[in-house]
Amino acid sequence: MERTTLDLWVGMFVVAGIGALVVLAMKVGNLSTYNVSESYQLQAYFSNIGGLKPKASIKSAGVLVGRVTEINLDTERYEAKVVMSIDRRYQFPKDTFANILTSGLLGEQYIGLAPGGDAEMLKGGEVIKKTQSAVVLEDLIGKFLYNKAEGSK
Amino acid sequence: MAIVSSLRGIGTRVVNGVWRIGFGSRFFLMTLLYSGASFRRFHLTVKEMFSSGVMSLIIILVAGMFVGMVLGLQGYETLKRYGSESALGTLVALSLVRELGPVLAALLFASRAGSAMTAEIGLMKATEQISAMEMMAVNPIARVVAPRFWGGVISLPLLTAMFSSMGVFGGYVVGVVLIGVDEGSFWSQMQAAVDFQHDVLNGVLKSFVFGVAVTTIALFEGYDAPPTAEGVSGATTRTVVQSSLAILILDFILTAFMFRGD
Repeated sequence: MERTTLDLWVGMFVVAGIGALVVLAMKVGNLSTYNVSESYQLQAYFSNIGGLKPKASIKSAGVLVGRVTEINLDTERYEAKVVMSIDRRYQFPKDTFANILTSGLLGEQYIGLAPGGDAEMLKGGEVIKKTQSAVVLEDLIGKFLYNKAEGSK
Repeated sequence: MAIVSSLRGIGTRVVNGVWRIGFGSRFFLMTLLYSGASFRRFHLTVKEMFSSGVMSLIIILVAGMFVGMVLGLQGYETLKRYGSESALGTLVALSLVRELGPVLAALLFASRAGSAMTAEIGLMKATEQISAMEMMAVNPIARVVAPRFWGGVISLPLLTAMFSSMGVFGGYVVGVVLIGVDEGSFWSQMQAAVDFQHDVLNGVLKSFVFGVAVTTIALFEGYDAPPTAEGVSGATTRTVVQSSLAILILDFILTAFMFRGD
């Protein structure tokens, strides 16, 4: 059994195929943008999360700093408990404000972190106290109609 | 009497169909059972990867490029209406990685490599090379069928990955270079939306399943072909028709399992 030119072609084919897979993973997919190992967990309670989903992005000043890992209902407080995993490079003060925002009018929902002025930083596993829930369009319209009705009296 | 003979005709067709399904299943199991030789003597498989994989490269790359370019144009036209042209990258990448890449690459593979496999094995049977092997106590399934099976099954996922990458590149060329969508949002929205496990790996899994289906159908049709010129040509046609249908039906089933309700 000897090496042939045919082996060279097949070798090139396999290398190109695996290369294409790596391109799909790194350039097209999200494997390069988010690393789970270097992150810490934060929690926040919201009275309404709207359309937030696991894996939604967490942004501060528009920069992606982490992802939502888990959402469930806390049956003691009847509020949504959102677990976030934040990149270890970014630390946030204790009085950071967590808002559920929408990118564009009909876009995906994400969590925006607005840092406060506290000197102490949030550590892994701690809870963000100040939160603002998602804006639910139906509530907004309801309020608007109610105000209209008040005004016309 | 016409009724009786037509009933008899229907009966023969049904019985023949069931017979072929049974023989095909046994053929598939035998291929798996005797595939040890195609890994021990891997150069046999490498040779088949050359004829099914490397020889399909050009058609796969060119087709992928053009499919991506069409997606870029059509996606832009539609997204422009909602003012969200920046989601073009997401649209191109998701539709390629999840659906179009695996399905179109498998369809091209079925007509480019599958039909060749059927014709080759059918002709080997017609010229009694297969019976000659059996006479020399060489198992034709282990020597002829199994290497072609594994060559195809290994080649198709690689071809699919190349198809999808070329498609994304084609979408980039039309969307960003020609039309002028913002390059940063093209890539960043794509990366935010495409999940490696959920989208890319599921696409690879799909193409693996399609590879098994296409090569099994192609090899079985060749092996089962009547040993005449007409028989081989009919078997080649059946390969393309049946494997295309199998790909589309399997794609629906796999999609229903993979991307259901989230």
